[in-house]
Amino acid sequence: METKAFQKIYTKVIQITKATCSLRANGIGYEELAMVNGRLAQVVKIIGDVVTLQVFGGTEGIPTNAEVVFMGKPPVLKVSDDLAGRFFNAFGTPIDGGPEVEGEEREIGGPSVNPVRRKQPSELIATGIAGIDLNNTLVTGQKIPFFADPDQPFNQVMAMVAMRAKADKIILGGMGLTNDDYLFYKNVFENAGALDRIICFVNTTENPPVERLLVPDMALTAAEYFAVDKKQSVLVLLTDMTLYADALSIVSNRMDQIPSKDSMPGSLYSDLAKIYEKAVQFPDGGSITIIAVTTLSSGDITHAIPDNTGYITEGQLFLRKDSDIGKVIVDPFRSLSRLKQLVIGDKTRKDHPQVMNTAIRLYADAALAKTKLENGFDLTDYDERTLKFGKEYSDKLLAIDVNIDIDMMLDTAWGLFAKYFSKAEVAIRSEFMDKYWKGE
Amino acid sequence: MKKEGKQTQGKIAGIIANLVTVEVDGPVSQNEICYIKLADIDLMAEVIKVFEKKVFVQVFESTRGLKVGMDVEFTSAMLEVTLGPGILSRNYDGLQHDLDRMEGVFLKRGDYTQALDYEKLWEYTPLANVGDTVLAGDWLGEVIENVMPHKIMVPFKFEGKFTVKEITAAGQFNVNEVIAVLTDSKNNEVKVTMTQTWPVKIPIKTFKNKPRPFKLLETGVRTIDTMNPIVEGGTGFIPGPFGSGKTVLQHALSKQAEADIVIVAACGERANEVVEIFTEFPELDDPRTGRKLMERTTIIANTSNMPVAAREASVYTAMTIAEYYRSMGLKALLLADSTSRWAQALREMSNRMEELPGQDAFPMDLPAIISNFYSRAGYVYLNNGQTGSITFIGTVSPAGGNLKEPVTESTKKAARCFYALSQQRADSKRYPAVDPIDSYSKYLEYPELQEYLKKNISETWIDKVLDAKNYLLRSKESSEQINILGDDGVPISYHLSFWRGEVIDFVILQQDAFDEIDKRTSLERQKFLLEKVLDICKIDFKFESFDEVNPYFKRIINVLKQMNYSEYESDKFNNYLTELSTIIDERK
Ligand SMILES: Nc1ncnc2c1ncn2[C@@H]1O[C@H](COP(=O)(O)OP(=O)(O)OP(=O)(O)O)[C@@H](O)[C@H]1O
Ligand SMILES: [Mg+2]
Repeated sequence: METKAFQKIYTKVIQITKATCSLRANGIGYEELAMVNGRLAQVVKIIGDVVTLQVFGGTEGIPTNAEVVFMGKPPVLKVSDDLAGRFFNAFGTPIDGGPEVEGEEREIGGPSVNPVRRKQPSELIATGIAGIDLNNTLVTGQKIPFFADPDQPFNQVMAMVAMRAKADKIILGGMGLTNDDYLFYKNVFENAGALDRIICFVNTTENPPVERLLVPDMALTAAEYFAVDKKQSVLVLLTDMTLYADALSIVSNRMDQIPSKDSMPGSLYSDLAKIYEKAVQFPDGGSITIIAVTTLSSGDITHAIPDNTGYITEGQLFLRKDSDIGKVIVDPFRSLSRLKQLVIGDKTRKDHPQVMNTAIRLYADAALAKTKLENGFDLTDYDERTLKFGKEYSDKLLAIDVNIDIDMMLDTAWGLFAKYFSKAEVAIRSEFMDKYWKGE
Repeated sequence: MKKEGKQTQGKIAGIIANLVTVEVDGPVSQNEICYIKLADIDLMAEVIKVFEKKVFVQVFESTRGLKVGMDVEFTSAMLEVTLGPGILSRNYDGLQHDLDRMEGVFLKRGDYTQALDYEKLWEYTPLANVGDTVLAGDWLGEVIENVMPHKIMVPFKFEGKFTVKEITAAGQFNVNEVIAVLTDSKNNEVKVTMTQTWPVKIPIKTFKNKPRPFKLLETGVRTIDTMNPIVEGGTGFIPGPFGSGKTVLQHALSKQAEADIVIVAACGERANEVVEIFTEFPELDDPRTGRKLMERTTIIANTSNMPVAAREASVYTAMTIAEYYRSMGLKALLLADSTSRWAQALREMSNRMEELPGQDAFPMDLPAIISNFYSRAGYVYLNNGQTGSITFIGTVSPAGGNLKEPVTESTKKAARCFYALSQQRADSKRYPAVDPIDSYSKYLEYPELQEYLKKNISETWIDKVLDAKNYLLRSKESSEQINILGDDGVPISYHLSFWRGEVIDFVILQQDAFDEIDKRTSLERQKFLLEKVLDICKIDFKFESFDEVNPYFKRIINVLKQMNYSEYESDKFNNYLTELSTIIDERK
């Protein structure tokens, strides 16, 4: 972003912290951008004539006589169809060697959609993964994160889901992405011949952390352009939102705000909600679906970041390694898609809800039997059967390498029910039993 | 809204997020509304702290682009709602602006649409007579709003006694036309229209008295009506970790509870959940009126991406509207999801003002704020002897699902029903996940309600409910013993005791909110079900070995569940009943 000739240059910085610097200036707009010795910064506080700037690149080496120039506008992204197929950094500057994108300038982090202009989501997203389609069905316009420990293959699963979803545009917002993961995504997109549908805004671990704060808003401004102006279905991938929240806490702690739980800012809920709530279904067909990643530290979902996320998103997908079958599964107990009831049994076969719930209930019985076994108790015949069921259910349906259609998933489940249980133990509404029961 | 005379003016002196400091040239009051002049738009803000000439205001909008020195105009009015016919079936934002009247896909700052339709003509009938002595809140006339009788009242702001001097004859009028002329004790004339305003932070207290509530409020949700009933004019709250079913339960209440009108305050939660109401309610038949559910519902939506300061306002706006309808002698049900977001909004502001923080950085006076709010609910006798009520149920979203946090603890002191949603129940899909042992309804201990239940359900009802609770408790204890000692390490009676509780759990507590039949159970059917289940619990079934117990009870549960899915007393239902007796006879 270039500075204009007539702009006033300030050269007296009066305070510097790790993420911010302050100076005296007048007539400055709140959230306006500035350049501090060539580094992009944004106004986060004005008290009288003292303006505090958050410096995205960090303040290392910023001198008290740094040149500060205000740009008279908040951060913007130039939007047009030319965004498609391009890779940008957190500021929206191309990193793929291509030219700047020309188009209409839009402020990022803009206003919310009027709730009465939304439509209730109702388009199923089929991924082929039964742990998702059968148990936690996704819908366009939904926002849902993967909750996973850092060693889980969430980037692989997310890329797989993105490629199978029939989205018009896929926008990747990478925050603190390792260079390897960035190249992984690039590769997947290229190999799938999907580059013309992709747009990436990437902050890698090599870039300063505070820059990440711009990534979701950049990605979502581009998404809104395609969803609203072009009525397209847009899938936005945000990884890793934990690193985004970490950057928030860096800034707020530097601004002497009283931290709340886990040294996160008290506004964490609102900050995250502003991003996730950009997910939307419009009546005219345009939509924004957000699939995100929130990494956990050793599975702790009570930490402020996953906790606040869970309260905002429409469910969560938990990845876990199942040691019995040696594969990664979508954990049916802790995963949930809140919007699934809008489509299951309606856009899918009528027996879907009951089959899903019954299978999970029986899988829970298997978990109980397993605990019994581990505690050295004798198992009943029912316990033995649930254990066998649990293992096969995990392998044939929960594992992330499953790739079948939903009818097939349901048939597989009915097959397992009849193989291991009696009708009374399965206890599904009789109309479905009569139709689908595969035993005698 | 604005009064005559010189208005106080100010200029912006500082900005931190949505907290703006303003230097003023005249008097201001706490909670006064002001407008910040940003080019061609006015941004609404509320005074939340005054320090000499420096006034702290919370802006109900994004503050992007505001500059030091910009003009601020004070209104000398507090945040007010506009009351009058036409509130029902509206979708408002937290400040009562009509969302449907706003233009464009995105919310625009400063797009403040009017709350009522000023053109619409209402079929008006007078209720008062010339010469009547009236007080604030007394009924002067009536219009029919959708299907509800909507009373036109003496404005709540009127102080003292008035005499009706003129009253307009029946006819069609818009809300701004004068329908009565009153005179005060000094013979000053005042005109009354169908609309009035009221500051949301101040309770409307025009009723005669507020007795302890005593009437059951039927909700059709078994774990509430049977186990821990809520009453007309009662208060309750639903704390629970994310995904445990708070919103689903509240939506069920909004659709099914025996209330005249329903006000839903979506406070800092998901927009898609509000859209669900927008989409479903206009389609849903209302068994009470034969019309559509939306006709007696008002939605106040401040979803999580809407301005934070308006979140706090949204619950007050909703409560004030409920009080307005209560004054008409109606039963209002007010639902707020989630009150934790409102508390968080208070926390954000308090932190920005650098106030001394209380526990978890919430403001020190949080308990007082919450209990003041809950105390606005209640059952009242109006001056004319009629009754009205506000039943208030809020959800709480405790951080980390841990109930030992300030919002849950403060709310526990204020609300009388506690519907604790348990993560464990939600994980095992035992919905609604209301924990039967931790949850309670204080009303069950009220002799007034006990009397009512005895008269309206049965003489022995309370004993039966306590019996059921007892079975659940014993079941839990037995299950713990079995887990420690193993299936064959305990007497068979432990298994029996465990499964008795499971029958109650699966058949009474668990209820499928998405099944057409199961979602709502009439009181009559709940009585039948509890009696049936308790009969089964009382039988001393004979078993040879413990591993016969589980399959046998599963059969019983299965048949009872099938019954729950069948129309009450239908052939299908009766067939299951017969099947049940056959199963029971096997082991008697
Ligand atoms: N009574 C019920 N019957 C069937 N499913 C239910 C029931 N209650 C909840 N669920 C399931 O649980 C999911 C989450 O419920 P809900 O949205 O009410 O949770 P919540 O407590 O409001 O969560 P949050 O705090 O995140 O808003 C629902 O989408 C649904 O799948
Ligand atoms: Mg909810």
